[in-house]
Amino acid sequence: MSLASPLARARGLGSAGRGTQDWWQQRVTAIALLPLSLWFIGSLLALDYADPAAVAGWLRSPLSAILMLMFVLVLLHHAQLGVQVVIEDYVEPEWQKVACVILVKFLAVLVGLASALAILKVFFGF
Amino acid sequence: MAEFTLPKNSKVLPGRTFAASADARRKKTFRVYRWDPDSGGNPRMDRYEIDLDQCGPMVLDVLIYIKNEIDSTLSFRRSCREGICGSCAMNIGGTNTLACTGAIVDYPGDIAVYPLPHLAVVKDLIPDLKHFYAQYASIQPWLQAHSPAPPDRERLQSKPDRAKLDGLYECILCACCSTSCPSYWWNGDRYLGPAILLQAYRWIVDSRDENTGERLDNLEDPFRLYRCHTIMNCTKTCPKGLNPAKAIAEIKKLLVSRTM
Repeated sequence: MSLASPLARARGLGSAGRGTQDWWQQRVTAIALLPLSLWFIGSLLALDYADPAAVAGWLRSPLSAILMLMFVLVLLHHAQLGVQVVIEDYVEPEWQKVACVILVKFLAVLVGLASALAILKVFFGF
Repeated sequence: MAEFTLPKNSKVLPGRTFAASADARRKKTFRVYRWDPDSGGNPRMDRYEIDLDQCGPMVLDVLIYIKNEIDSTLSFRRSCREGICGSCAMNIGGTNTLACTGAIVDYPGDIAVYPLPHLAVVKDLIPDLKHFYAQYASIQPWLQAHSPAPPDRERLQSKPDRAKLDGLYECILCACCSTSCPSYWWNGDRYLGPAILLQAYRWIVDSRDENTGERLDNLEDPFRLYRCHTIMNCTKTCPKGLNPAKAIAEIKKLLVSRTM
């Protein structure tokens, strides 16, 4: 039990002075994902999977590679911001919340780097 | 994790039944949440069969009738009985509203009456609003200006600027909206909730206030403000027909626009 006044508890540690950037980025990435997702799905439907060289050839075009990189990175950024919000909403106690948020950020970076590497590998054809 | 079930000693059990007299013609059953901190027992739902010919048309009239005529131990807050004080906010028929403006005829079947959700209960229908009021105090809900007021008159405000306060100044702080918000349920210790954020916006948008930036600084926080996920329960439940969700969206817009 704490004898802190209700106002002391309500004021707490004060304002973190952040949050706007995350919120805004989540909205902007959501809008960016609309055309990017349409392009991605359209491309997948148009590919001839019987011919691996054609699939690799598609990703070797600079436009496809750049759009693919953008799609993956924007998607991951959007997803990790969204999952962070869910974790902050529901996960307790504090240490588990912090651990989960850090884990999600690491995973996003890991998946992002792996995806980028894979795309670049196909693009440069090593 | 956030708590989704009630602790054992908060499980609501069936309670007593108070039958209407045999000659009652318009009977309606009210199931009312009861909890007495002195008894140490679990909360229970008491059933009161009411002859509607014996009392007024609103849910608050029934509660007053029960307290006066049937069971004087029933506790609830009430004052103005006309929707301006906000005292009798409670959960009626599954929705947070004011008992005094909730017409009985609008509720089909039995009417269940609970205290406002997810607050500690003081007794029966009385929730503990200490933290809610402290959060209100934390946004400093008064006009803050650095320019001295004119010596011979009040601070002037144009009609269009005054119109910006419409839909905000009417808030009576009944807490119906905040206690209908899941984000406030899970994170109410840090999230300010729709009522307090609407009140904060009322001062942010006031043309006479000169601390707009400081007020925005005070709200810019992942928990104080950004726990709002536009669920809109607040707007749906507001007994005064206000739109706290819109006020919160306006605050977010101002925070973005000052970075651009």
